[in-house]
Amino acid sequence: MKEILHFLSEAKYSSFIIKIVIMTLNLIVFIVLALFIGVCSVLAVTTGRILRAATYLLFVLFGTAGIYFQLNYSFLGAVQLLIYAGGITVLYVFSILLTSSQGDKAEPLKSKKMIAGLASTLAGLGICLFVMLKHKYLPSKFVEGELDVRTIGHTLMGMDKYQYVLPFEVISILLLACIVGGIMIARKR
Amino acid sequence: MFDFSIVTQWIHSLLTSFLPEEVAVFIECLAIGVCILLAYAIIAIIMIFMERKVCAAFQCRLGPMRVGPWGTIQVFADVFKMLIKEIIAIRHSDKFLYNLAPYIVILASIMAFSCLPFSKGMEVLDFNVGIFFLTAASSIGVVGILLAGWSSNNKYSLIGAMRSGAQMISYELSMGLSLLTIIVLTDTMQLSEIVERQADGWFIFKGHIPAFIAFVIYLIAGNAEVNRGPFDLPEAESELTAGYHTEYSGMHFGLFYVAEFVNLFIIAGVAATIFLGGWMPLHINGLDGFNTVMDYIPGFVWFFGKAFFVVWILMWFKWTFPRLRIDQILTLEWKYLVPIGLLNLLLMVIIVVFDLHF
Repeated sequence: MKEILHFLSEAKYSSFIIKIVIMTLNLIVFIVLALFIGVCSVLAVTTGRILRAATYLLFVLFGTAGIYFQLNYSFLGAVQLLIYAGGITVLYVFSILLTSSQGDKAEPLKSKKMIAGLASTLAGLGICLFVMLKHKYLPSKFVEGELDVRTIGHTLMGMDKYQYVLPFEVISILLLACIVGGIMIARKR
Repeated sequence: MFDFSIVTQWIHSLLTSFLPEEVAVFIECLAIGVCILLAYAIIAIIMIFMERKVCAAFQCRLGPMRVGPWGTIQVFADVFKMLIKEIIAIRHSDKFLYNLAPYIVILASIMAFSCLPFSKGMEVLDFNVGIFFLTAASSIGVVGILLAGWSSNNKYSLIGAMRSGAQMISYELSMGLSLLTIIVLTDTMQLSEIVERQADGWFIFKGHIPAFIAFVIYLIAGNAEVNRGPFDLPEAESELTAGYHTEYSGMHFGLFYVAEFVNLFIIAGVAATIFLGGWMPLHINGLDGFNTVMDYIPGFVWFFGKAFFVVWILMWFKWTFPRLRIDQILTLEWKYLVPIGLLNLLLMVIIVVFDLHF
């Protein structure tokens, strides 16, 4: 009996160690990604050149995609890369290329604007911290392996509870309106 | 058919026998990274040599003949020349973006490259959203090209980058549509799974008419996507010197050059995987003897054979057709390829719903 107990505690101990090692590897990856995202987002708002800001934004989006891949949610990671990094950033860079010329630099901030910006930043930080500390998180339930694409598709296009065909269609109408609006502006004679 | 995952399993068990799991995984990741970079460089060298020889053949020349037998050492000499050239810094340019741009292009290219399944059990990134990830990864390259054109502080570079951006964004659309046509047929996006489903016939045969239309659209759009062939006006040397990489020298230019050639290989590899069965040998239903004989040819021979066949077709395009104007390129995409692609998608849906495919 004593031996069995000893064995059990041993097994528990070793699995605990394994858990800790896995945790540390995940933790290292997470810390690297988080530092990368943090540094790049600060650089994106402090740099004076607009195209550099767009590039740092691209890096922030890469880092976020990295976190999705770390969580094993490769669908969302790929969406992040395709739509934000490959789509929206390209759109930003394109419009910057069309509108600004080489050597354009932002003027240094006036102290009034600086104070307003700082205040709004602190307010935003306060709200985020308040929500995060106040919120009671459900015990995290981590599903091993990737989420099946079929599940995502059925959830996106289904009409039952917790399925999202209505938002999907509403968004497509919004996009259609955007396309029509863009054509209207471009074809104005 | 030899399953390469036996080798990887053996290496993994060997490493875990004397190392903790995490360290072993870390070492494996490093080794795979080195292997991918090596394969990338080797394929780039083969592609450059092939381009010269194919171009020479179409123009009734011999191509490089002096260095080594049939000029095979010529490309290595060129690579060495490129490596020892000076990297020039352009005055009044944004140094940070100027130096960063080639690396963004090469990063996108390597991420897409590591999705390709070379042989059975020999795929590096094999998500269940494989094709989606591949298109996502290859779409990042545009950012690098736009940054390169802008930060060079040169009008030709800027015009080249703008043309390139407009062209690549447009043609991504019909490339995605033609890939989607095949996904409708397979109902999976995982690349290894797509190859497995072609064991009883490649998709270009199974999906007959819409699959063939999608294949042709994919080849045209892929050719435009890598800025080659009749669509090479972003770097049209007679109008824009060299387009977005005019101001680059040494290995920075080399990175653009290598990325362009390997992107061509990736386009061909994806076409081979999705339409022509990847590493899956030619199987004909009912002829079991023939199928067994075909199975003796290893998978990577099939994959590289098919991929280089598609590369050869694309090179044939390039050295046959004259260059298009920018308005002709955009007209071709938006007025012809996208509507045909959408109709083709609809046709494929009808065929799948009524079970008219093989």
